[in-house]
Amino acid sequence: MPELSYREAVRDALSHAMREDDDVFIMGEDIAEMGGSMGVTAGMLDEFGPDRVRNTPISEMAIVGAGIGAAIQGMRPVVEVMYEDFTTLAMEQIVNQAAKHRSMSGGQLKVPLTIRTQGGAGWSPGAQHAQQLEGWFVHVPGLKVVFASTPTDVRGLLWSAIYDDNPVMFFEHRTLYGIKEEVPDDLEPIPIGKARVHREGEDVTVVATGRLVHEALAAAQEAEGEGVSVEVFDPRTLQPLDEDGLVASVKKTNRCVVAHEAVTRMGFGAEIAAVVQEKAFDWLDAPIERVGAKFAPLPFAPVMEDYVVPDAADVLEAIRRTVGR
Amino acid sequence: MAQVLPAERDLRRVIGDGEGVPDGEVEGLSEDDLLELHRRLVQLRTYDERSLVYHRQGRIGTYAIFWNHEAMQAGSVYALEREDWIFPSYRESAIGLLRGMPASTVLSWWRGHPTGWWNPADWNVASICVPIGTHVPHAAGLAWGKKLRGESACAVAYFGDGATSEGAFHEGANFAAVMRAPLILFCNNNQWAISTPLEAQTAAETLADKAVGYGIPGVRVDGADVLAVYEATREAVTRARAGDGPTFIEAVTYRAAPHATADDPSAYIDPARVEEEKERECLGRYEAYLRRLGLLSDEAAEAVRAEALERMREGIAQAEAEPAPDPALLFSHALASPPASFDQDLAELRRVLGG
Repeated sequence: MPELSYREAVRDALSHAMREDDDVFIMGEDIAEMGGSMGVTAGMLDEFGPDRVRNTPISEMAIVGAGIGAAIQGMRPVVEVMYEDFTTLAMEQIVNQAAKHRSMSGGQLKVPLTIRTQGGAGWSPGAQHAQQLEGWFVHVPGLKVVFASTPTDVRGLLWSAIYDDNPVMFFEHRTLYGIKEEVPDDLEPIPIGKARVHREGEDVTVVATGRLVHEALAAAQEAEGEGVSVEVFDPRTLQPLDEDGLVASVKKTNRCVVAHEAVTRMGFGAEIAAVVQEKAFDWLDAPIERVGAKFAPLPFAPVMEDYVVPDAADVLEAIRRTVGR
Repeated sequence: MAQVLPAERDLRRVIGDGEGVPDGEVEGLSEDDLLELHRRLVQLRTYDERSLVYHRQGRIGTYAIFWNHEAMQAGSVYALEREDWIFPSYRESAIGLLRGMPASTVLSWWRGHPTGWWNPADWNVASICVPIGTHVPHAAGLAWGKKLRGESACAVAYFGDGATSEGAFHEGANFAAVMRAPLILFCNNNQWAISTPLEAQTAAETLADKAVGYGIPGVRVDGADVLAVYEATREAVTRARAGDGPTFIEAVTYRAAPHATADDPSAYIDPARVEEEKERECLGRYEAYLRRLGLLSDEAAEAVRAEALERMREGIAQAEAEPAPDPALLFSHALASPPASFDQDLAELRRVLGG
């Protein structure tokens, strides 16, 4: 089994699809010679040429809008928005256009567009350069939202996103690009809408996304030393959500902690809590705990960023709170 | 050849005024072409006038009137091939008629019935987007895709003068220009964006001047002159197919009708100017041109109108005969692969509806 970094796994999925299918192409800012701001597409220009690995003007609205235009004629474009923060510049295209065209054509028009973007704190870039905004998009009927946390998952899910006939918001986490893992020899598509249990446990389910999956695994390791058995559940796809898997896990452990890097208040974790209380209320032995960022713009100062953004210690605290009840 | 009247900067015209300004002609257009263009103008005019009546009768919803915009639509589409994609704004809601789309489809769209949602891929006519100018990047991307696939088709995006203030217009135009995408940016400059006049929209002398900033040609044409519109679009299509990239066409007219059925322009528009425009509206001017050439008789004109009216009568009858849609479409149309929650949501809807 080859070992791939998260970054290489993204590239591998893109390259596989582009080798097999002329209708798949990528475009975005600085993705060609430079290989993208995160180096994800490095080397792809040499293999696929400047038309299919296309540098664009700094123009998020046009990047996503042109992706829609290419997708509605049957192509499968993958567009890159350099930072999640910059998806705000393309919100009209994502929310009003990509998400709605199928419905507005009576279900006849497909928009098989994948919008890749990345974000995440941990390197002190300040208020406009590291937000986690995936929670905005799960609220829009017509979009699918993926947030993968491992090389294997990011590879298999990106493939599925490219071949999904709906527009997919595909979130990557900046601090995960370097993590490595042995991945299957052959690219195995991972179905959108199917969660992954990273670690089985008996006492509490930690529902975690993106970087917080790894923080949750570290917290689970600690908790094990304290005699608490933690199940780490990664939805991988935020929209649609694997509600059956989520509910089954909580019914087994009877406790639930939700952990994401995005701000806690009004966040995706609130939806998880709502689903759990609706479908597994009688199985809960304790209130659902939430872990996330403080409700403040991300600060520039590293020490303050550390305070705002959650990590394994915060997850462990939440685990302790819920099993202590 | 089109003539240039210096008083109105670079405004191309073919049709004269029957007095001092002589008629021109467009090379390559046969008498049959000229009569077909007339038939199309009448088709659009009839659609528009009947739709206003249907709205007043409560048979269609709020409707965006396009009276005196017909020459821009018919002239430009006549320069296209069937493989070329049209990206209309709401002002071009009935442009599919020029591709053979049934009137009932467009009327159903204005009635809010799902049968009015045409499949864009069937007609190469994109869905109409409400936010202004938002479809310009779509057209740019479709055009870029055609180029990537080695196909010869191009795309035309229609928008109004107000849309040129939108970021989407700028980003789409710049993107297409940089990519040398086969795109025609067709601006119907009717000088009003609801109640906002052109001088409150831009400080540019002409909208075509904006093309300079994108490094593409900007062409000005009389929007009420169907032949000048056709000729300018044909040149733009030739450029696009040759790989020379986009062209911006500014078709200048004046909005002689309300913005839409929900609008009362008396609060902001000079009625004398509107009356003046009605005197030079596009269909009348073209019919006078054909008559001067001896190509159109009263009987022939009447027959064309009768045919167009019949098409509308059939269209509204068909649209009104459509049974109420199945509520399940609400969810099944939203995603290509409905999520697990689909069944729950649908069951709840059926319960609420008392199924």
